[in-house]
Amino acid sequence: MRATSFPAAVAVVLASIASEAAASPVAPAGASSCTGCHAASPGVDTPIPRIAGRSAAETVAQMQGFKTGQRKGTVMDRLAKGYSDAEIQAIAEWYAQQK
Amino acid sequence: MKALSRREFLASTTVAAAVGLSAPALAQGAPRVVVVGGGFGGASAARALKQADPRIAVTLVETSRTFTACPFSNLVIGGLRELSAQQFGYDRVAAGGVEVVFATATGVDARARRVTLDSGAGLDFDRLVLSPGIDIRWNALPGYDEAAAEKMPHAWRAGPQTALLRRQLEAMEDGGVVVMAAPANPFRCPPGPYERASLIAHYLKTKKPKSKLILLDAKDQFSKQRLFQNAWKELYPDHLEWVSLSNGGKVTGVDASTMTLSTDFGSHKAAVANVIPPQKAGRIAEVAGVADQTGWCPIDPVTFESKLVPNIHVLGDATIAGGMPKSAFTANAQAKICAAATAKLVAGEQPEQPKLINTCYSVAAPDYGITVAGVYQPVNGVLTEVQGSGGVSPIDAPRSARAEEALYAAGWFNTITGEVFG
Repeated sequence: MRATSFPAAVAVVLASIASEAAASPVAPAGASSCTGCHAASPGVDTPIPRIAGRSAAETVAQMQGFKTGQRKGTVMDRLAKGYSDAEIQAIAEWYAQQK
Repeated sequence: MKALSRREFLASTTVAAAVGLSAPALAQGAPRVVVVGGGFGGASAARALKQADPRIAVTLVETSRTFTACPFSNLVIGGLRELSAQQFGYDRVAAGGVEVVFATATGVDARARRVTLDSGAGLDFDRLVLSPGIDIRWNALPGYDEAAAEKMPHAWRAGPQTALLRRQLEAMEDGGVVVMAAPANPFRCPPGPYERASLIAHYLKTKKPKSKLILLDAKDQFSKQRLFQNAWKELYPDHLEWVSLSNGGKVTGVDASTMTLSTDFGSHKAAVANVIPPQKAGRIAEVAGVADQTGWCPIDPVTFESKLVPNIHVLGDATIAGGMPKSAFTANAQAKICAAATAKLVAGEQPEQPKLINTCYSVAAPDYGITVAGVYQPVNGVLTEVQGSGGVSPIDAPRSARAEEALYAAGWFNTITGEVFG
């Protein structure tokens, strides 16, 4: 093993530990209900988009659009108003880690 | 300090991870959770428990090998969908590591933490989750017993009753009067009677145009009321008449032999009668002692543990859940919260404060969907809707929005049944 590869190996191990922590089965408050409509698994016949694996920034932008009324929705404009900015951020980050 | 070699680093983190993860379970043996009832609540809870912590031994007790879903069963009654599209098995649930036992739970010994089955077998548990749905209060409506339900189906538990009501409508001569009776609150699926009335009216309008539906109601107000009433005015002005409590709609008794429904104001003779009777939590809730004098089950809104019997959790239609309605969406959402909390409790940890959603789709016609949605959290021990959120579809939305919600309704059904059984 070359000397320079050692820190890289540690970084890889640390990264894998970090991603395991992020992919914890414990969802933040308010997140677990979402998969009643937004399919957790791919391949479901539905026009409702999946949010698992979507970037946190995009989910936050969509939710804030619904919450402020800038984006029209059918159901989500009513539901987004029930979440704080911090909750939206945590839920978006958690779904970004799901596959 | 000496720098760790890569091998030492890996070894030390691996040991730490192994100790950190398995110490509580090894100390106590694998925790055992028994779930009774394989509907939207129970099957969701069993799966979510296994996902939350694979070391938990999860047993799901369910009477029937085939589950027949209530949501969308009104489309079956209206001739727009087949009953087989409502039916699901438990193979995938079992494949995920849940032990599925096809039996009926007949007894619960809360002190000994043991469930007894009709087979005579017993199941020991650390925690028990009951998701028993509803039972009919036979004879609470005078004249409405199990024999009467074979002539005047309730179809409020999907299956043979659903098929019976559809056959009766199909066999009815054009010009017949269909009479429905809707109960007082609380009952399973608050918008359900009104969706059903809509889809029976749709059937009459398209297949038996000289016929008519009369909906006798024990209430003056109901879920999504203005949306339904606008849809009825637009779609079924000649085929659907709603009679409110104030206008004499409360059914006080039925006679199945003459197909008559009585109110304080008179009686209605029906060619086809659909009686949605008063209800209570499924029988095992009463047996376990988790139902109160109302017939429903008070619960802690963080863990869904019974307020009457420790170590027994209750979820779904059987519960008194504050502002949350008795719906499949609610049962699934509650199941995931209850499972996360139960996994924490068996590990000796503190459950998180939850936040839950309900979304109920109804269809007034195949291309006409409407919704009610809400966000809920515990406030002073009661699941309470978050202020400023939730509500029903806009009253003035264009028909294109109704069509969109009808498509989303179908997508929702596929998604939730996929999560629970797929």
